[in-house]
Amino acid sequence: MSEAQKLNRARFDVPETSMIFARGVRKSFGAIEVLKGVDVDVAEGSVTCIIGPSGSGKSTFLRCMNHLEKLSGGVILIDGNFVGYDLVGDRLIELKDKLVCQRRAEIGMLFQSFNLFSHMTVMENLIEAPVRVRKLPKAEAEADALTLLARVGLSDKAASYPRELSGGQQQRVAIARALAMKPKALLFDEPTSALDPELVGEVLNVMRDLAKSGMTMVVVTHEIAFAREIGDQLIFMDDGVVVEKGDPKEMIENPQSPRTREFLSRVL
Amino acid sequence: MSAHDANNNAQVRSASETVASLKVVPQKQYGLWIGTALVLVLMYFIIRAFAVNPAFEWDVARSYMFHPSIMRGLYNTLLLTVIIMVVATILGTIIAIMRVSRSEILNGFAGVYVWFFRGVPALIQLIFWFNLSLLVSKISITLPFVGEVFSVRTNDFMTPFFSAVVALALCEAGYMAEIIRAGIKSVPSGQAEAATALGMPYRMILKRITLPQAMRFVVPPTGNEAINLLKMTSLVTFIAVDDLFYSAQSIYARTFETIPLLIVVSTWYLAVVSIMSVGQYFLERHFGRSDKRNETLFDTWIRAIVGRKNRSNADV
Repeated sequence: MSEAQKLNRARFDVPETSMIFARGVRKSFGAIEVLKGVDVDVAEGSVTCIIGPSGSGKSTFLRCMNHLEKLSGGVILIDGNFVGYDLVGDRLIELKDKLVCQRRAEIGMLFQSFNLFSHMTVMENLIEAPVRVRKLPKAEAEADALTLLARVGLSDKAASYPRELSGGQQQRVAIARALAMKPKALLFDEPTSALDPELVGEVLNVMRDLAKSGMTMVVVTHEIAFAREIGDQLIFMDDGVVVEKGDPKEMIENPQSPRTREFLSRVL
Repeated sequence: MSAHDANNNAQVRSASETVASLKVVPQKQYGLWIGTALVLVLMYFIIRAFAVNPAFEWDVARSYMFHPSIMRGLYNTLLLTVIIMVVATILGTIIAIMRVSRSEILNGFAGVYVWFFRGVPALIQLIFWFNLSLLVSKISITLPFVGEVFSVRTNDFMTPFFSAVVALALCEAGYMAEIIRAGIKSVPSGQAEAATALGMPYRMILKRITLPQAMRFVVPPTGNEAINLLKMTSLVTFIAVDDLFYSAQSIYARTFETIPLLIVVSTWYLAVVSIMSVGQYFLERHFGRSDKRNETLFDTWIRAIVGRKNRSNADV
């Protein structure tokens, strides 16, 4: 851990085990405030699921975590680091693009629409960032990629193009692509929402394995059953704030807030 | 047999037999037949006019087909087309990237560029650059304390050929910019987003992710632009660059064999355009256009000649 990380952790009173630490996160698009002060803690190696109605700000919050969206206020520390800034005194100095990229590469992100590079084969998708961003030798990146493809059960698809794969296979490749950067945490933005129902299971299986292997994961999802089974923490967001958070099983069985209760009754 | 009997018969036969024996009577396409007949008659008259009218002087046209000055003109036309297209593509890409930039200034500049160079007729731009010396007689760089370090008279470097390249490249770049911008816009934003999340910087994303995917949308209209440009270069005749058309003109100005030489010129333009179309077909296939719904007769024809060996990876 670098000096800066230690200083940041001490200064913001970040718990020892914290991987993602968010305090008072605000985000506005023009006059519309989408996040109105969000506090979230994600412990290293834990799985946090975020549920909530559409427009509640959960995807925006996820995108703020790896600086795809700039914060309007508050702080997010990933392993003690600001993704887009360095703290000097009381000022957050915006980092050069190159450094932002480096830090962002430490957090993998999965999308609802997979977003595999459609002009590249599965193998090329997997080695693109390791070779170009991490400057890994090509042979080494390819060996890593094969291991990862085996892990998501797609060893035979290395030479295929994304359009030749089913949605479930594409999302598994996307997971492998994110893992190829050896991230400290993975963010999932509704990873199964665009899938046919019979393909959801294969993606959830891969995510289940990942969770067991100790990967820190934040999952925005509508799969309440998955959140209940795998999640260490469940967060219910509505209207830009965290309404309730806690143990998934307890929260699903006995929600404290009426808003949580109403939402759960509609989706369960 | 009365209608009633027929009905009874139908009931005797089983339903599946009826289904199997049903016949489809195609729609009568009178319009299509009349159209076809008209075109055939028209073609007869056109071919006869070409074949019979002695004014075409086919033998004269044939004798000029590989005439040295025609060949030199053809060479210049091709050279102009290639140079202008390369410059216009590079410039157009830069303008297109400016056009999608976050900076309002870059965006605005690119917008004005496209507006101006697409708006003013190419011929006028051409004559303008050729006459640049009327506006600026000398181009020089003067540094403070050092004095003049570089100076050149406009007329010395604004040769007809160079003005043609500058004028048409700037003009063509306006069109190319719009094509490339449309290509960039056609790439789903999720692609750049995923690349960003993987830690790729903006320029790398443009080069590795966005532009390559834009290519398959850019290539077909660019092929059309290249063909247009080839023909547009005939405008340089006005500023006395000896391109294909100029060479033909200078011959028929002496011999008055106007029609045969126009045939020679047209034949060469058609030949080059045909070759370019074949090249465009292969380029499009290389960039993975898998959509066969819009296949033209030409595509089918090429496919038949080229064979099917690459089909499996071209369209899935």
